[in-house]
Formats: sequence, C-alpha cells, structure tokens
Amino acid sequence: MENTIALRVNGRAVSVTAMADTPLLYILRNDLALNGPKYGCGLGECGACTVILDGVAARSCVIPLAGAEGREVVTLEGLGSSSAPHPVQQAFIEEQAAQCGYCMNGMIMTAKALLDRNPDPTMDEVRRALSGNLCRCGTHVEILRAVMRAARLLSSPGAQHDDQPSDRHHARPDDRIAVPADADLCGADGGERRPADR
Amino acid sequence: MRQAARNGFPEAGFAPGPLAAPSRRGFLKAIGAGAGALVIGAHLPMPALAAEAAAKTVGPADPRPHAFIIIAPDNTVTVLAKHLDKGQGIVTGIATIAAEELDADWSQVRGAFAPADAKLYANHFFGIQGTGGSTAIANSWDELRMAGAAARAMLVAAAAARWTVPAGEVTVSKGVVRHAASNRSLTFGELAEEAAKLPVPQQVKLKDPKDYVLIGKPDLHRLDHVSKTNGTAIFAMDIRRPDQVTAVLARSPRFGGTVKSVDDAAARKVPGVIEVVSLPVGVAVIARNTWAAMKGREALTVTWDDVNSEMRGTDAMLADYRKLADQPGAAAAGKGDADKAFAEAAARGGHVVEGDFVFPYLAHAPMEPLNAVVALNPEGGCTIWAGSQFQGVEQMVAAHILGCKPEQVKIETQWAGGSFGRRATTNADYIAEAVMVAKAYPKAPVHLVWTREDDIKGGRYRPLFLHRIKAAVDDKGALVAWKQRIVGQSFMAGTPFEAAMVKNGVDATMVEGASDMAYAVPNLAVDAHTVASPVTTLWWRSVGHTHTAYSKEVMIDRLAKAAGKDPVAFRLEMLKDHPRLAGVLKLAAEKAGWGQPMPQGKGRGVAVHESFNSYVAHVADVTVDAKGQVKVDRVVVAIDCGQVINPDIVKSQMEGGTGWGIGHALRGEITMTDGMVDQANFDSFLPMRMSDMPVVEVHIMPSSERPTGAGEPGVPTAAPAVANAIFSVTGQPQQTLPFSRGGIVS
Repeated sequence: MENTIALRVNGRAVSVTAMADTPLLYILRNDLALNGPKYGCGLGECGACTVILDGVAARSCVIPLAGAEGREVVTLEGLGSSSAPHPVQQAFIEEQAAQCGYCMNGMIMTAKALLDRNPDPTMDEVRRALSGNLCRCGTHVEILRAVMRAARLLSSPGAQHDDQPSDRHHARPDDRIAVPADADLCGADGGERRPADR
Repeated sequence: MRQAARNGFPEAGFAPGPLAAPSRRGFLKAIGAGAGALVIGAHLPMPALAAEAAAKTVGPADPRPHAFIIIAPDNTVTVLAKHLDKGQGIVTGIATIAAEELDADWSQVRGAFAPADAKLYANHFFGIQGTGGSTAIANSWDELRMAGAAARAMLVAAAAARWTVPAGEVTVSKGVVRHAASNRSLTFGELAEEAAKLPVPQQVKLKDPKDYVLIGKPDLHRLDHVSKTNGTAIFAMDIRRPDQVTAVLARSPRFGGTVKSVDDAAARKVPGVIEVVSLPVGVAVIARNTWAAMKGREALTVTWDDVNSEMRGTDAMLADYRKLADQPGAAAAGKGDADKAFAEAAARGGHVVEGDFVFPYLAHAPMEPLNAVVALNPEGGCTIWAGSQFQGVEQMVAAHILGCKPEQVKIETQWAGGSFGRRATTNADYIAEAVMVAKAYPKAPVHLVWTREDDIKGGRYRPLFLHRIKAAVDDKGALVAWKQRIVGQSFMAGTPFEAAMVKNGVDATMVEGASDMAYAVPNLAVDAHTVASPVTTLWWRSVGHTHTAYSKEVMIDRLAKAAGKDPVAFRLEMLKDHPRLAGVLKLAAEKAGWGQPMPQGKGRGVAVHESFNSYVAHVADVTVDAKGQVKVDRVVVAIDCGQVINPDIVKSQMEGGTGWGIGHALRGEITMTDGMVDQANFDSFLPMRMSDMPVVEVHIMPSSERPTGAGEPGVPTAAPAVANAIFSVTGQPQQTLPFSRGGIVS
C-alpha cells in the first residue's frame, strides 16, 4: 500500500514513504514537520494549504503525494525567515496584514506566485488572484494593500531577494517531534515599530 | 433542555470558584523565566473595577507574586495574556497597557499566554478564566496598568538603592532607568534581579493619559506579525509531541443521535490505523497520521440511534416558529400600551409597519478547524495544547472526565486560527472529546482534529431566529410604539450559565439589543419564545446583536420612510438621551457624505447600535445593477470604544466585523433537510470572498472614557446598513437572510 516517493522541498531532496494517495499537505506537515502550509478545508476551497509547485501556486490538500513525485515544492518556510523575510513577507508585516494569521500562508504564497508572473498587478488583478483564498477574520483590506506593497518592494532597486530556498529552513528529522522552545513567546520575532512610511 | 446532554457530554459542568495556585517556581519554569527575573503581578478585586473610575492612584490590594510581567536579565519584558488571542490582537493590546506604565521600549516587549489558573487569571466579568464578549481590554485595563506601574516603581527603587540617590531623582524612559544629575543609566535587564528582591509597592501612581507614548498611538507594531508570516507562530494544529497520534471522530449525522452499533473491521485494516474506540460522543479512529485517521473513519460502518434526534428540516422548524410567533411569549421588556398606541396611530394619520424577519443558522467556521492535543500526565491529570478560550471550563470538564482535580489539568494556550465564539463552549466540547480519546488511548499524546466537514456539520451554530415586529409612527412622524417577538433557541438554558443569563424564561442573549432598545419610544413590548431542539447552538461574533440590531435598524428605515424623514435625522431625534450613539452616527454620516444625492442604481444606508458597551455606526454604499444584483462598494464605520489602546487593531476589528456582518448577510446559511445539514465545506457554506470585500473606512471617536471592546461591536450594524442601502434603491426591505435567498446576490 505504501510507496517511497522522491521530491524536492525547499531546495532539498526528500524521500517519503506513505500511501501514494496521501495529499501532499499531510506529508509536508506530518512527515516533514513544516508548519507553513495549513489544513483549512481539504477540498482546495480555502487556500490555506497553498504551496508553490514547480513555480505555480497549488493547493497541497488536493494534490496526492504521487502527483508531486520528482517535483519542486516551495513552502512558506522556503521564502524567508524572521530575520530575513522575503519581500512579500516583509510587505505583509509592514501592512500588519494578519489577524489570526491562519490564512497568511495561502495569501503570501499565492501573492508570491502572482508577482512572479505579473510584477505590477492592478488592485483588481490582486483581488482576482486571491479570490480563492479565504480569510474569516476580515483582514482583506490589509492583505490587498500588502500585495500592492510587495509589488513595490520587489520592483524597487536594491530590494532584490534571493528566491532560492536556503538550507536553514529545512525540516530536520528532529523537528517532527520538537515544539520550539520559545513557541509561546510570541514577541520573540521582535516588536519594532513599523517603518514610518505609511 | 435536551441540548445540554447532547451526545453524551459530561453534564456535571462546573461551579465557578477558586482553585489552588501553582507553585511560583513551577509557574516560572512553565513560562520559561530563569533565575534573576523580576516577576510582577497585581490582583485587583472585582468591586474595585467599578469604583476605580478616575482615580489616579490605586493599590494592588493583594500583591501576590503571580505574574503578569516578567523582566528578564536579557532585558526582555514579557507580558502574559490571560486571554486567548484568536486574531483580535489582545496579546499586543495587553502588552501595550503594561509597557506604557512601565515605560518600556516597545522593541523589548514580548507577549506570552498565561497558563490556566482559575485563581490568578480569572476574567473579572466571568469569574472563571476565559475570553469573550469583548471584555479582554476592559478586564486588563486596571490590572495591567497597575502591574506595569508597580514593576516600574521596583526598578526605580532598585536603581536608587544601587546609586544611593533619592528615588524621586530617578527617571524611566524607553526601557532605560536614569539618574540625570550623575549621568548614570541602567537597563531593565541590569536591574531585574535586584528589583525582584524588593517588596511590591502597596500604592502605585498611574500615568496621566496626556503623557501616553504607546497607548492610543498608531503604527505600534503587533507582536505576532513576523511569526505569522513565516510559519513560526504555533497553532494547536502545529503541535507535535513525541509519539503523538492523530484521532478523528465519527459523530452522529443528526443532532441528538447516538451510536447504536459499529463495524470497524474495514477501518482497522487501513494502513496506519492503530485503534478504534467507541465513546459517548462518537467513534474515534486513532492513527499514526492525519490521512490514515481520515481514511479509517471513511471505512467505518456506524448505525446511529435517532430516537432523540432532530428529524425536522429548517423549513419545518421555521414553520413551527411562525406558529409560536402567533402566541405571546415570555416578557423581556414592557412599558406603556403598544396595542393602544397602534390603534391610535392608525386612527389619527400615523403609520403602522409590520414585518417578519428570518435569520438562518450560521457556522463560525474559523480558518483553523477545531483541534487539541492531549497528553495524560504521569502524575495524574493531563496537559492540553489548544487555542483555549475558556480555560476555566476546560479544566473542570477535563478533570471530570479523568477523575482528577482541575488544577491537575494543565493548559498550554496556543495562537488560535479564529474563533468568533466557537472555541468557547459551556461544556468544552471539542476539548472534552480529545480528553475522552486520550483517556481511552493513554499510550501516547492524542491530537484530535476536526475536519472542515465536521466543523460545518457540527452544530454550535448561531441559532435560527424569527422576529415579528410591529411598530408605529404618529402623524408627526414620531415613533410611538414598538412590539417585537423573538423565537429561537437558547444556548444558555441547561448550562452552568443559566442562572445568571436566563431570567423569567428569557435568555438575555436572545433579546439583547431589542429589549434594551436605545431609541426613545413611549410604548414598548418585547417578548420571546425559547424553542428546544437537539441542534446545538452557541454565541457567534456579537451574539444576540447579530439579529436584534438587524431587525431593529431595518424596521427603523421602513418607519423613517413611512414618516417621510431622513434616516439619520429620524434616528437622531430618538437618540437625545444617548449622546455616544448619536456621536458615532453623526461621525459616520459626516465622513460618508450623508445627504449627497446618489447616482441612479446606487444607494446609501445607515445603521447604529450599542453592543458590549461600545457604540458603532455603519454607512454603506451599494450598487444595484440592471439585473437587480447587489454589490457593496464602500462602508464607513465609526466606533466609540472609550480610550483606545491600539488604534490600528481597533481599525482591524472594525474591518473584520464589517466583513463578518456583510459576508454572512450575502450568502451565509446553514440549512437542514430531515435533520441532516445540507452544507459540508466552503463550497456550500459560502464565506465572504476577496471580491466581496468593500472599501472600508474606519473612524475612531476620541474618548477618555474607560476602554471597552472592539471584537464584537463591529458586526451588528454592518449588514443592516447594507440592507438599508438596498432599500433606498429598490424600496424592498431585506427581511430574510441571507440576501442570496432573494436572488439579489449570486
């Protein structure tokens, strides 16, 4: 029943043994201990599980593991870190575009894929690109603004970001059982004032 | 009531009361503070909350060393939130209050969730630890200001002692303690150990609001934003304990059903399935991973006993509600003689307006489905990792299941992916399930996960309601009578909250916003029928105001039209005794450009309401196209919530409340056919999409009143403002929700 399947996740080759029909989301979360992609509906309806698969935003909750064989998966962890956020993440931070934050993965990954193919989208194009991503808290206004800001950040000189996933963010085997020691210290990522450019 | 006993949940409930405090050392270990940390708390007895008002100097009456603030030698200031942060930003809000009085630098401030402790961390409004009703800021306002001021005084005393200078010569600013005359300074971290040895001051002086540098200021960065953009913010869904297993539960497809028989042979053959156990609440499939658990559940054959089930569909239920509405209910409010006033109005050139309003069942559907990890502790009791909203209830329910003491139930509160009321239940429903599974399978930590389908079909809905309203204006266009009947379920009846919340047969949460109507009316009669059904119901963001504000505000526009009056002017005439309501109404109207003519096909509507001690007005602009389809273009919101702690967060909450109110009014409904829920996931329970969200402008009324809340009050007026905007274009009052039922929204 179980197969061993090889794929690349955040730039690293991984091999997973599981039932081939297991949705990629559960492999990423259960087997590779990645917390970026979230379970929200299991039906591809809410977008919380979005990853970038061979450069395209994809719903990992409806892609079977077998369908990801040999392919390149980038998760939120592959974009940037607290100390070195990707410009899309930076824009979401600056616009304070999270309330509960559970949809953030999908919003950021979908925005990243949109901006990769359309670096200068209109607000309507952003709305359309994100229309399949649900936010229940009602942070839509800030999210839209964050994507527009991300487009500006990405296009401004000197704001080039290395899009290649770095090894630092890879799941280590130990991660699957480890709860970060500072998991409940929510301010550990710093409480600096927002840039005064708003 | 049958619903309390539904599905075998423990009925013992709880009696709010004190529990033993954890040892200080154990607590410090739990929150990760090492030796040499200054740990400060302040205990404020409940009566002082009301009495304090404008007092500038107040004393921590009971300065036990329970922690609200931890100043560590590494110069971090960690502020503990006893409340759940489910997106409303309370961790940041509470930290702001403490940091202000402490004169900390915002960059050194951290937030953390306090452990579950009924004695130390009770919500002063509830008597148990819990979050809800937009009470968190009001709750923490005195407590955290006092804790911050006390910690600041101790740092000052420690510095004065070290420098042998008078404390009065020591100043604090942005996290630095200074003695200007000798040009010496120290950080909080450098003073933490010495300060911790000093007594907690009995009296503290609070800042004058004019000196605030953090409270009320924009652009103060939320403490959770960086971690929420890169996957390092930990939700219960992200918890992984050693050897953890995943469980899903097969629950009765009808409310009130119980397990009759189970054939689990096929489920046990699914690779990865470890165990199948029958519980009073359903059949649990325990597996090595999520997918195996889900596949295992699909392979189960369960026969359900429906002898106590709700077998009606929602249409049949509503027909029963309409019959009930013909009969008088239990009185909730009454003055004058409404029937006499109707007769007089009709006879003397006035107008009588009548209408039935229908509000569907609604699911909360937070983005993070319900889930909790439970591990049995070797010494007894258990540890729960969850987006825990009613820690006090959960401790007592888990203790009841496990036969241990509530204080043996440890709760590690995690960031919650939304709640909207769903995570706060009077019987700790999903956490109770997880504890039951852990008890049945004690070998490893159990992660109980609800799928989205479990969530949408799982009940705890905003109840289905019918309102019947009759109201009249006299020949001068003055409101003279209002009669309202509300039919629906009570989610308080049969719970430990019943004694406090149900009076004379009326659940206060069913009629709030109607029985206490702010508009001046000489003849008022509000009554209610409480209906019993096994369908489980619950508070849902803004509770009773979700429906009472809607029917009231839509009727007011019908009455204004009958009276030939402008909707804003008509309301202001009736709000002379409610200056804060009138204030937000005028502010929203002015900012929206009320009174300007609208182009063909466009309409503007207004609504104003008080809820949770905050005052909110919405003005909505809509377009109704040639096919009658409605689009919400712009919404202007004004709120008065007293002293604002963090204006950016208040703004977010108003946007969120607006989206919540409008989103569900567009297409949100849970319906049932023969007792079975028709919706299953986000393809059938239809939330607001990015394309539905209007432009939202938020205006905050400057105020020095005590802070109230912002999480709930943004909801009630959003949908009726839109309905009134549609009414201004089409002349059709929107009295059945959602709008999609009337074909005006696709």
